[in-house]
Amino acid sequence: MTIPYLELRRRTSERDRSLREKVMSLEEACRFVNDGDQVAIGGSTLSRTPIAMIWALIRSGKKDLSFCRSIVSTEGDLLFASGVSKHIITSWFSQGIVWGVSKVMRLYTETGRARFEEWSHMSMGMRFRAGAMGVPFLPVRSMMGSDVGARLKDAVRETECPFTGEKLLLVPALNPDVALVHVQRCDAYGNAQMDGLQFMDIDIPMAANRVIITTERIVSNDQIRRMPDQTKVPFFTVDAVVEVPYGCAPHECYGAYEPFFNHLDYYAKQIARDPETGVRDYLQRFYYEPRDWTAYLELIGLGEILDASRRGRRIYDD
Amino acid sequence: MTDSNVYTASELLAVMSGRLLSDGQVVFAGVGIPLLAATLAQRLHGPGLTILFEGGTIGAFVVPGELPPSTNEQRCTRKANMLLTSTDVLLLLQRGYVDVGFMGGAQIDQYGNLNSSFIGDPEQPKTRLPGTGGGNDISSLAHMIVAMKHEKRRFVESVDFVTSPGYLRGGDSRAESGLPTGGMFRVVTDLAVMGFDPDSRRMKILALHPGVSVDRVQENTGFELVADDNVPVTDPPGDHELAVLRELDPERLYTA
Repeated sequence: MTIPYLELRRRTSERDRSLREKVMSLEEACRFVNDGDQVAIGGSTLSRTPIAMIWALIRSGKKDLSFCRSIVSTEGDLLFASGVSKHIITSWFSQGIVWGVSKVMRLYTETGRARFEEWSHMSMGMRFRAGAMGVPFLPVRSMMGSDVGARLKDAVRETECPFTGEKLLLVPALNPDVALVHVQRCDAYGNAQMDGLQFMDIDIPMAANRVIITTERIVSNDQIRRMPDQTKVPFFTVDAVVEVPYGCAPHECYGAYEPFFNHLDYYAKQIARDPETGVRDYLQRFYYEPRDWTAYLELIGLGEILDASRRGRRIYDD
Repeated sequence: MTDSNVYTASELLAVMSGRLLSDGQVVFAGVGIPLLAATLAQRLHGPGLTILFEGGTIGAFVVPGELPPSTNEQRCTRKANMLLTSTDVLLLLQRGYVDVGFMGGAQIDQYGNLNSSFIGDPEQPKTRLPGTGGGNDISSLAHMIVAMKHEKRRFVESVDFVTSPGYLRGGDSRAESGLPTGGMFRVVTDLAVMGFDPDSRRMKILALHPGVSVDRVQENTGFELVADDNVPVTDPPGDHELAVLRELDPERLYTA
């Protein structure tokens, strides 16, 4: 649902945009997410997924959240199975091609227990961009003629260009209530620097009404100011900064760690046996039982962490 | 040791589709066989082939034995020229910088429409598939090569759901729907190479792989294929092609 412009401006004007410290815990950051919110997830597929924040939201028992992301992997299974969400807007939803089609995604969507609302990848990006630009829509030259576009007929508009008369598809802005983005470095004010692939994470924080940044490490504002060209998220869009080492595990964080392949194989096996009980057991063991994020990482195991880190750090080697 | 007489269907797909790419082209490659075949083409005959990935990479050279699990991991950025946002790399398609879009497919029809969303009625699907990803954008905006296994259940008269548009209902229906550029160029399978009749836009056999007859291709297809009287035969995968391919995917992640 498109937010009227004056309402969007009002929400922004009411936020405290001053240069102030926002460092807090995962649990404290959960208060920026209300039941029923639309939540954007940064990263894509297995990359820079803000798993720690999602882990905290699942543990806090949030309800009726709707999620949007470029491409959704295992976190989508867990958001459905935990009961946190019944609605995910994305272009692609499965663990990853090498693990086949997600049995949990299938179980929830085929039985109508949850909805996977499918948009093209570029349209997702243009929706976040329109949101970031403060305009209600942007035109695209895709999704027309296909059933992807036809199935979204109530949400999109096919139109003629007022200048050329060409057919164009208008996709509505996405201004999510909250955005969750994980980065490599961020200062206490929310100046966030990300390495490597940026996905849609420049537009998403600009589009959102609240932003939670999780970061591998918190650095000083002096360090940020020495390389301001590396800052991709402006501090005044950010509401919370949470330091979470290995905050994407078992997914990847560019230059720090690659996906935890053994753990992802384990997860795939766990849900292949029986998606219903398999994912429930996984949530119990890895999401509900650990006393904190460190205990979660301990469960995944030091060997896995070292293996993923060794591979991850090689990215800048010849 | 490489045995050129023994190769898997996926290896045949990778070799045959890789041959369709030329040095100097800009190719937008999906994960799986397309990524592998484009990387193979770089190593065999196209050192100047520029590979784009939807994660935001321009000009990747994937490292042998380090195939990524999707086109969005750091492995996709090795030796690249530039990293853009996903939105901006996809917009290169719309701006017209991409010579070839290259994808796999779950189900295809006689007009080259691809389905990767639903098997059965979309309202009550037998199987919910992972969806379009960038597939709809790539096939809406670029000339396409599709690599997929040739099976009757995959080659159907009309797909259950048009995820990625080919020539839609044939004739001029694609352009009339607002897609004046791009379209299906080649469909490469483990049996044959196919193109599309320029007028009707129906799928046509252009070449057969060694030991395959037109009848066998037809038997494995759920609609009537167009074919000329004398269909040429492709050269079998060579020792060198297979050796390089196996070096790229030693664990047979994509070529099992």
